[in-house]
Amino acid sequence: MIDQAPILIIIIPLVAALLLTLTGSLGDRWAYGLLIAALAASLGCALAALAAVLDGNQAVHYRLADWPPPLGIELVIDHLSGVVLVLIAGCALLTAIYSRHPASQDNPDRLNLYYALFALLVTGLLGMTATGDVFNLYVLLEISALSSYGLLARGRGPAYYATFKYLIVGTIGACFYLLGVGYLYIMTGTLNMAELAEILSRPELQESVSVRIGFTLIILGVWIKMALFPLHAWLPNAYSKAGTTTACLIAPLMTKVSVYIMLRMMFTVFSADYIFNRIAWSELVIYLASTAAVVGMLTAFAQRDLRKMLGYIIVAEIGYLAGGAWLATEAGFTGAVYHLLADGLMTLCLFMVVGAIIYRTGLTTAAAMRHIFQRMPVTAVVFLVGAASIIGLPPTCGFFSKFYLIQGAVQAGAWVFVAALLISSLLAALIFFRLLEVAFFGRFDEAAGAAPGAGGHGAAGPVAVAEAPWSMLLPMVLTAIAVLGLGLYTNEVVTYFIRWSVPAGF
Amino acid sequence: MDEIFHIVIAKYNYWAALVLLFIGLYGMIAKNNLMKKIIGMVIFQTAILLFFVSIGVKRGATVPIIEYTADHQPLLEAAAYANPLPHVLILTAIVVGVATLGVALAIIQKIQRVHGTIEEDEILAEMRQ
Amino acid sequence: MFSESFYQLAPVVALCASLAAVPLIALSGGRPNLREFWTFAAAAVKFIMVLALAGWVLAGNVVEVELIRLLPGLSLSLRVDPFGLVFALVASLLWIIAATYTIGYMRGLNEHAQTRFMACFALSLGAAIGVAFSANLLTMYVFYEMLSLATYPLVAHHQDKESRSGARKYLAFLLGGSVGLVLPAMIVLFTLAGSLQFADNISSGMIPAGIGEPVVVVLFFAFLFGFAKNGIMPMHAWLPGAMVAPTPVSALLHAVAVVKVGVFCTTRVMLYVFGVDLLDELNLGLITAYIVSFTIIMASVIALTKDNLKARLAYSTVSQLSYIILGVALLSPAAIQGGLIHIVNHAFAKITLFFCAGAIYVAAHKKNISEMGGLGRVMPVTFTAFAVASLSMIGAPPVGGFITKWYLLLGALEAEQLAIVVVLLASTLLNVAYFAPVVYKAFFGQPAADGAGTAGGIREAPAIMLVPLVVTAIISVLLGIFPDVMMQFVRMVLP
Repeated sequence: MIDQAPILIIIIPLVAALLLTLTGSLGDRWAYGLLIAALAASLGCALAALAAVLDGNQAVHYRLADWPPPLGIELVIDHLSGVVLVLIAGCALLTAIYSRHPASQDNPDRLNLYYALFALLVTGLLGMTATGDVFNLYVLLEISALSSYGLLARGRGPAYYATFKYLIVGTIGACFYLLGVGYLYIMTGTLNMAELAEILSRPELQESVSVRIGFTLIILGVWIKMALFPLHAWLPNAYSKAGTTTACLIAPLMTKVSVYIMLRMMFTVFSADYIFNRIAWSELVIYLASTAAVVGMLTAFAQRDLRKMLGYIIVAEIGYLAGGAWLATEAGFTGAVYHLLADGLMTLCLFMVVGAIIYRTGLTTAAAMRHIFQRMPVTAVVFLVGAASIIGLPPTCGFFSKFYLIQGAVQAGAWVFVAALLISSLLAALIFFRLLEVAFFGRFDEAAGAAPGAGGHGAAGPVAVAEAPWSMLLPMVLTAIAVLGLGLYTNEVVTYFIRWSVPAGF
Repeated sequence: MDEIFHIVIAKYNYWAALVLLFIGLYGMIAKNNLMKKIIGMVIFQTAILLFFVSIGVKRGATVPIIEYTADHQPLLEAAAYANPLPHVLILTAIVVGVATLGVALAIIQKIQRVHGTIEEDEILAEMRQ
Repeated sequence: MFSESFYQLAPVVALCASLAAVPLIALSGGRPNLREFWTFAAAAVKFIMVLALAGWVLAGNVVEVELIRLLPGLSLSLRVDPFGLVFALVASLLWIIAATYTIGYMRGLNEHAQTRFMACFALSLGAAIGVAFSANLLTMYVFYEMLSLATYPLVAHHQDKESRSGARKYLAFLLGGSVGLVLPAMIVLFTLAGSLQFADNISSGMIPAGIGEPVVVVLFFAFLFGFAKNGIMPMHAWLPGAMVAPTPVSALLHAVAVVKVGVFCTTRVMLYVFGVDLLDELNLGLITAYIVSFTIIMASVIALTKDNLKARLAYSTVSQLSYIILGVALLSPAAIQGGLIHIVNHAFAKITLFFCAGAIYVAAHKKNISEMGGLGRVMPVTFTAFAVASLSMIGAPPVGGFITKWYLLLGALEAEQLAIVVVLLASTLLNVAYFAPVVYKAFFGQPAADGAGTAGGIREAPAIMLVPLVVTAIISVLLGIFPDVMMQFVRMVLP
């Protein structure tokens, strides 16, 4: 059974998706339970697979239907993909628990189909992470993309148009990737990542223009998918119009998995030597990443809509990740991988908080934050944790990823990136303290003159507590704990998982 | 000049795919009508499919089903068959493409219902109000 | 007295006492007496632990505890040495006193959100102890940031327009300094030195040889201005802005937790990261001494122009903090002792002054010095305490501040810096010039004419506020008469 864990991670949500489409008549409760059960099982398998990897400290290879690699598809779970799998399955499970109220609010009819798409999306994400085959990756990429179009289109108001834009951009990205894979296939005759890596390391292919074009196309496609500046315009619109649960599921995971693909392509299929010495785009990419970090945060600062603001923050965070990966230092790579995990958790945390606030107040602007400490104290504390992590305050995990990234940038002498990281941290601080001010002070034109006298109390009378329901609170609190826990156990995470996946050649 | 001509002729399948690719990309980005964007998308995808199919071709090769020579011996030379793998891959990619098209058309239908139009500028104008 | 493992545990307990108090306080918001009990229980536990550690450290021991290993080669760890202990003693003792006063003040004015206030208060003190006991730069940074955030709701307590701008400025300077300067400096240092552990003594520092001079200089100034809580000009601007906070907060900010943490971090970095030798070699000590001299004089001059009592005290704080850094920057043994002992002396004197300002506000609702004519005659206890604390600020015997001035002057002479001697004398005169009128006016001035009869209705503030300020004033005097109680720790800092 444990040997089958790698495939079960993916198969379980897939089967659940099929079952969910068939069982609409059994009612929403059943669909909710089935989804949670499936994702919990998938998380269990992911943990089992990770444990197997840690056991021998080497990658676990799983051959589909026992076909050997060049013929069959292979799943490869190593330290990197193992952790990312756990992250995906964990975040998806938390979101599923969270979805009990908001999902039925957003989808009054056919909740089971919504959940089916949910499970299908998770299948795609997990598959992309686990697979060791570049074409299989494309198929899973499209599975997750197609289900995400469906999910996003279930959002409110003008979601359709935003989804359409996302569909067009997403298709361009995926097709670029496919075209790049085609080039690599022509040159190597294989689609298996390990074999590709072996063949691509031959000297004659290192110089080949076709390989270079293939790499360029693949990376370009991935960049579109992960919304790297200046290819980011689709993201904030698509995410801010989505339903609450959809945003919680897609926002933290989709872009992170794309970043994971970028890392896989850069360091597993190609090699650090090829990327940094032959392709040698580092300088350009670091400039792009720095711009992404600063411009993303600046634009976020200008937003009134909470989720659009978070969307632009993700754009900035993608800048951190891309920059870290292209720094060509061990600390930079460690920072990028660590931030991949950290950012997944902290964006999940914030999207959940904002979702809960929207669920309770019905407002999507910053004004929804008013009296949040009195109305929803637990949510407010979770918000503080998430915000502290985005700003990069210790001991949340955001601090340590910034620590590694800056250290890597210092080692690489990339001072632009150092400056960009610091500026964007400060901008993030501005963004969140502005929200905190709204929470503390409310709006002035109403509250200022209202309370003269000794204490000068701006706050009106006591505000009734209207905390989010427990099914939303529990995952939120767990995520906040994870954000803190990941920070406090940085050393363990780095030594047991990330250090093993640092590619040779730094 | 002669060299360039040679490159174009020798790899004409690549060039054809490339031309189609850019036609599709142009349609997706520049067209105002969402339907035309979708048509662009399909051309774009098809270009890549054709590219893949064409790389499996070998001169003088036959379909990749094992042939028997006159004395009933199986013909095992790889050069005798077209490469089947790109075709298999492309079957999957076609399915993906069709699914994308279906979703896109469904979304356009929804847009038409909500906004009353599928012209991009009109939708944007309406959303700004 | 106790086993060694007890002392291993003691700093952790001292730290956790106030952290554990936070949720307890937050949860017992409905029952004020229980809530206040938690504050006192935590404060008592913490003070006892620090006292126990004081005895152990006096015997020549240093306690080191590793809490969590955060990164390879970098951990969250505590170290109790004489230098940190001086600060921890002050902070934990003043928490008890300030908590008493706070309860009186908050209940006297029937303030809102008292629970939030007390919880953040406890968190701030926990962070202060964390800074005092931190064994490396990262731990210090963690608690430094924690303190900035924990005090934000305190500064913004009134939730009106004025406190909003004060709180904005507060965060802008503190986070700007720490994220913009300290964080990159720390990471560069880690990259270069491979460790952030403080050195064991003040002379050698931890910066490995072979690092270019310009890098060291840039790092030094990043730290000096990055710890914006230390109030060095031009990073002082948040301090007067934050004084709109309720008085106990100002007392906490200005005397105990915030500014002292800033100064403590600065001096800790100067002595234990760079080390006396390196600072001397690069002349950085002298440059710093001149920078802070400017702050001392300028802040005193600005203080002269302020009529709002708390504003005057705030500028006085800016000026006095620089004494501490000045002492360390002079690098001579006497001056370092003078600077470090001033952490103690200034804490007790300044907290007395702010307590008095709060007592005056609660009793007479007066904020401005010009309105305080004759108040001393109806509030003799308060103003006597104020006068005693002023003497300490001025540096007159027999109050604690005299010891500071004595050592600083001695140190300046030792370092052969006559300009600094002149600065010290000039600032003493300026101190007299801005404190004497307050006391004079209160005792000998006439009540404001238009507010006739107000003096009649005014009485001393309630005892729960009066007792703390009398206690701190008495301690100030005791520090002057028995300087050795604290000086023995300060002397242990020197090699």
